[in-house]
Amino acid sequence: MRALDATPAAAPARSALGAPRAHVVAMGVMVLFVVLAPFILYPVFLMKVLTFALFATAFNLLLGYVGLLSFGHAAYFGMGAYVTAWSVKVLGLTPELGILLGGLTGAALGLVFGGIAIRRQGLYFAMITLALAQMVYFFCVEAPFTGGEDGIQQVPRGRLFGLIPLANDMVIYWVVAAVFVGGFLFLYRIVHSPFGQVVKAIRENEPRAISLGYRTDSYKLIAFVLSTFLAGIAGGTKSLVFGIATLTDVHWSMSGEVVLMTLVGGLGTVFGPALGALIVTAMENYLAPFGAWVTVTQGVIFVACVLAFRRGILGEIAARLKLDL
Amino acid sequence: MHTIFGIPAPLLFGQLLLGLINGGFYALLSLGLAVIFGMLNIINFAHGALFMTGAFAAWGLLNYLGLPYWYALILSPLLIGLFGLVLERLFIRRLYGLDHLYGLLLTFGLALIIEGLFRNAFGSSGMPYQIPRSLSGAVNLGFMFLPLYRGWVVVVALVVSLATWAVIEKTRLGATLRAATENAALVQAFGINVPRLVALTYAGGVALAAFAGVLAAPIYSVNPNMGSNLIITVFAVVVIGGMGSILGSIVSGFGLGVIEGLTKVFYPQASDTVIFVVMAIVLLARPAGLFGKTA
Repeated sequence: MRALDATPAAAPARSALGAPRAHVVAMGVMVLFVVLAPFILYPVFLMKVLTFALFATAFNLLLGYVGLLSFGHAAYFGMGAYVTAWSVKVLGLTPELGILLGGLTGAALGLVFGGIAIRRQGLYFAMITLALAQMVYFFCVEAPFTGGEDGIQQVPRGRLFGLIPLANDMVIYWVVAAVFVGGFLFLYRIVHSPFGQVVKAIRENEPRAISLGYRTDSYKLIAFVLSTFLAGIAGGTKSLVFGIATLTDVHWSMSGEVVLMTLVGGLGTVFGPALGALIVTAMENYLAPFGAWVTVTQGVIFVACVLAFRRGILGEIAARLKLDL
Repeated sequence: MHTIFGIPAPLLFGQLLLGLINGGFYALLSLGLAVIFGMLNIINFAHGALFMTGAFAAWGLLNYLGLPYWYALILSPLLIGLFGLVLERLFIRRLYGLDHLYGLLLTFGLALIIEGLFRNAFGSSGMPYQIPRSLSGAVNLGFMFLPLYRGWVVVVALVVSLATWAVIEKTRLGATLRAATENAALVQAFGINVPRLVALTYAGGVALAAFAGVLAAPIYSVNPNMGSNLIITVFAVVVIGGMGSILGSIVSGFGLGVIEGLTKVFYPQASDTVIFVVMAIVLLARPAGLFGKTA
């Protein structure tokens, strides 16, 4: 059974690097944007976009390529944020180690939760991941180290490798940009590796993949852990940029937001979730003064996407141009 | 004052009662989810938002039209049921035949819209709703004081749950419903209007949620966020019980409410998470759920 309307892969023209030419061009455009944008737009806003772009791209590894809807990705993002913030502030770790620890927290949590959730499929998988994430939320409300309603505040940005101070927005911007591009290339490599091929085969037809001798549960779990690892990295980076980790990061609405970003940009596309993160974050920024209208607008976009626009923006463009983006 | 396991008896029974009340809400909501899932193959994420809308309908009927609780108990589920019909016709109907996940995403979007609109109109803090005069007060049961309204909620939730079970399992309408769940095309061939049956099923499930909302209105303050946290817990209840069995939904709903209440007595820090822990254990031991037939 084909799970979701992922964009069909055409036979692509290949560049010298072995990647489809469309990907090389799109990657170039994206990197150019990342490099030039801070000179035009507010860098703090851009860093928010980049962390969410990484988060959404990591989420898309599951929904777009494995066909698993994890409705609780805020748990890994938020716990990554908490652990990074705590380790940098309380343990005095350097920022890169703090972010790495955040990622490992996401991965460890993903290993446990993924192991439980992949015992069921489809809608149950979504409900189980959501429920487990809610458990993490309540844990964070109660646990002493998270600071409850206050969260962990005034997290120092510290010095990268103990050398380079990151207090300046334009300095930390390049660190965030490097984390994003690095994470993105890592995910790109996963999706286009033999492992990625097997995972897509599982999405298309799991019984057949089993009959070909693949242990599909192991593949799903590995993909889950990879995704939660990068979600934790994204959360940790975010907490360093803003100097704060709060309950908002682990709340179910955060899980909904990352689904929305992926859906808007185009699920199962390589570049769509990052574009979706840009669009959704920008929208929230401009609508922020209007309070709960942000929620209403998010809901309307959800409904519109599901009813009329299932391939998302890049998915539609890719289908028009007969490209694989 | 005597104690049980070192816990003052009134505290123990009080939390047990609160557990039964929450269990009643879990049962009513998971029942609606299960019935809707059976016919429409979607998980209705908007269920919590519609539960909240039901409570607000009761509040609005009282404050704008002066209609007391007893009218709201009938009118609110009817109104929200009609609203459910509209939602089904306008949105959900377009998704039949697509992957089930789209139904979840669509109803999630609907929930965001409904909750956002209510938050805009009423703020997040909540409105008080008086207990009806005939059910205020308490009776002394000897071992504890039972607030009448709380006792009433437990009894009514149980009766309505069992009535729903009886309708589905014992009546001709229920038989048609179950047949259509098994094989819609065949039932349609027998001359039954299946699309209408599907729409009415959605309305019925939603009406149950609204009914629970009216019951909840005097206990919790009526506020726009009352449904969203509840619905996630109900998802866990549904995973534990397995959606195949109506009676299973009722038993696991009340059972988990009691477990939650007891946790509040013995280890309060874990009371919010205990249902999710139970879910994880059940999934490890019996992936199909306690009452589920197949995975």
